[in-house]
Amino acid sequence: MAAEILAEGVCYQYSRSSQMALKDVNLRIGKGEFVAIIGPNGSGKSTLAKLFNGLFVPTKGRVTVDGLDTRDRENVWKIRQKAGMVFQNPDNQIVATVVEEDVAFGPENLGVPPEEIRRRVDEALEIVELKDYAQKPPHQLSGGQKQRVAIAGILAMRPEYIIMDEPTAMLDPVGRKEVINTVKRLNREEGKTIVLITHFMEEAVQADRIIVMSEGRVLMEGSPREIFSKVDELKTIGLDVPQVTELAHRLKGRGLAVRSDVLTIDEMVECLCPLL
Amino acid sequence: MPIVVKNLTHVYMPGTPFESVALRDVNWKVEDGEFWGLIGHTGSGKSTLIQHLNGLLKPTSGEVIVDGVNLSDRGVNLREIRQKVGLVFQYPEHQLFEETVEKDVAFGPRNLGLPEDEIARRVKEAIELVGLKYDEIKDRSPFELSGGQMRRVAIAGVLAMKPKVLILDEPTVGLDPRGRDEILGQIVEFRKKQNMTVILVSHSMEDIAKLVDKIAVMHKGRMVDSGTPKQIFKNYEALASMGLDIPQVTHLMIKLKNRGKDVATDVMTVEEAEAEVLKAARRKGHA
Ligand SMILES: Nc1ncnc2c1ncn2[C@@H]1O[C@H](COP(=O)(O)OP(=O)(O)OP(=O)(O)O)[C@@H](O)[C@H]1O
Ligand SMILES: Nc1ncnc2c1ncn2[C@@H]1O[C@H](COP(=O)(O)OP(=O)(O)OP(=O)(O)O)[C@@H](O)[C@H]1O
Ligand SMILES: [Mg+2]
Ligand SMILES: [Mg+2]
Repeated sequence: MAAEILAEGVCYQYSRSSQMALKDVNLRIGKGEFVAIIGPNGSGKSTLAKLFNGLFVPTKGRVTVDGLDTRDRENVWKIRQKAGMVFQNPDNQIVATVVEEDVAFGPENLGVPPEEIRRRVDEALEIVELKDYAQKPPHQLSGGQKQRVAIAGILAMRPEYIIMDEPTAMLDPVGRKEVINTVKRLNREEGKTIVLITHFMEEAVQADRIIVMSEGRVLMEGSPREIFSKVDELKTIGLDVPQVTELAHRLKGRGLAVRSDVLTIDEMVECLCPLL
Repeated sequence: MPIVVKNLTHVYMPGTPFESVALRDVNWKVEDGEFWGLIGHTGSGKSTLIQHLNGLLKPTSGEVIVDGVNLSDRGVNLREIRQKVGLVFQYPEHQLFEETVEKDVAFGPRNLGLPEDEIARRVKEAIELVGLKYDEIKDRSPFELSGGQMRRVAIAGVLAMKPKVLILDEPTVGLDPRGRDEILGQIVEFRKKQNMTVILVSHSMEDIAKLVDKIAVMHKGRMVDSGTPKQIFKNYEALASMGLDIPQVTHLMIKLKNRGKDVATDVMTVEEAEAEVLKAARRKGHA
């Protein structure tokens, strides 16, 4: 049985829509990978994420998680245990009236023993810095705090595949970095597979592989360096590159001898120092 | 219509176990036509503060004065205030409720009592301003859109009212990069045309640096600093300790400077960085 999420010839059409939201998508997410999905608004990212954990089933084609076909209703339970998701809008995701109960909801459903749940909830709240808010009603939190609750929920569940749909959209810059660092740690140290949907190119840079969606199709796939060296192509479909990548691209255009595939501030510093 | 905030304190659920002080003694003055950026860590009080500016929340103590009117006074016509002070919420879904996009965007202007043809004109204009195709989207349900599309509809609804003061609570959350630039660009244009005051709440230091005249920094319910972007972004360590950041290119310049390179560090946009690096490279004969 292959350890992977596999999408084969996947099409998806919302019931009240005349158009296909996804058109013939073929993708493989291997176990242990850290994959970022980027793409313009409406390109099908969230739809794809919901197909990955069996929340939606393909209109055509098939999705399998570790060999389990999401169309087979008997598999739904197992698939949900393997593939956990943080939704785009944390507001729609909150189920309990107290923060720590909300975080405990996932592991409770998985039948994790109570002491273990306690440990996981405390740890998850610690990571997202909401310990002081454990007893609060979630609807009384700020936007970013709610998003942190949703992230804590999936951390406490510890699924094999962690699918996050714009998890950092409402976080402050330091909070954003912390979440990405946590995700990277789960990936490196615990071998969790990460699928990160994001509009922040600085976050996508940190993945092993980037998938670019456009109008319901997979437009490009590759390493961050491959993808972000295509500055003009990305801009054509409404995407962007990190500020330093853009700067390198422009300086190169002005005749300066710099690499055009710079991804981070530190790389840019090394690249510029000999010239300045 | 200037907005004056005096000694504003807000306590949520006072006297209950859930009591939380969200604003402490905030003082702020927003003059006509200014473009402000409001930044601060998660939970620092930004949304709470701006919801006071159109009377959605009431001060626990202190005052909010809009165009000379104290919003706590008896008999204040809050409906009138909300027509002048337009607010786009952090969660656009909270703002959408009609069955089609067109009706949703028309709701505000219709409430203003405008004639139907003027409403229709404004609705079409606003939907196109936020980068959506009017004919394709007007009859769709606002709840059957992608996240970024929903946010655009929410922004269109407020723009269609042509408020004097436009307050945007993280308006670019969930927008793709082009959508972000386009919508912010449209707001800049719209502001010029309407001579509008704009307050932009954002976690994107890049957007803030590019757009605003002044920045106010919230930290744990207090307004701890305000000034021009150059003044505010000078203080990287202080910002970082408050959960904030500076634009990537500003960071780059500081690192180059620390390596002994002769570059200015008050650079905030890619364009400025390009010019600054080229200047330095020329001095060394490399460009
Ligand atoms: N509930 C729905 N009913 C009908 N159409 C929908 C529904 N949800 C999304 N769509 C449509 O499906 C397409 C893909 O939407 P999806 O939410 O997957 O995009 P996305 O890439 O996640 O976009 P965003 O970056 O804005 O979140 C869009 O054209 C959208 O309008
Ligand atoms: N309805 C509410 N009831 C009780 N407390 C609340 C309520 N809304 C917000 N708070 C609390 O008030 C504080 C300030 O929240 P606010 O929403 O103003 O923050 P913010 O700066 O907008 O944060 P974010 O960047 O996450 O949106 C937070 O500690 C929050 O938990
Ligand atoms: Mg989405
Ligand atoms: Mg807020």
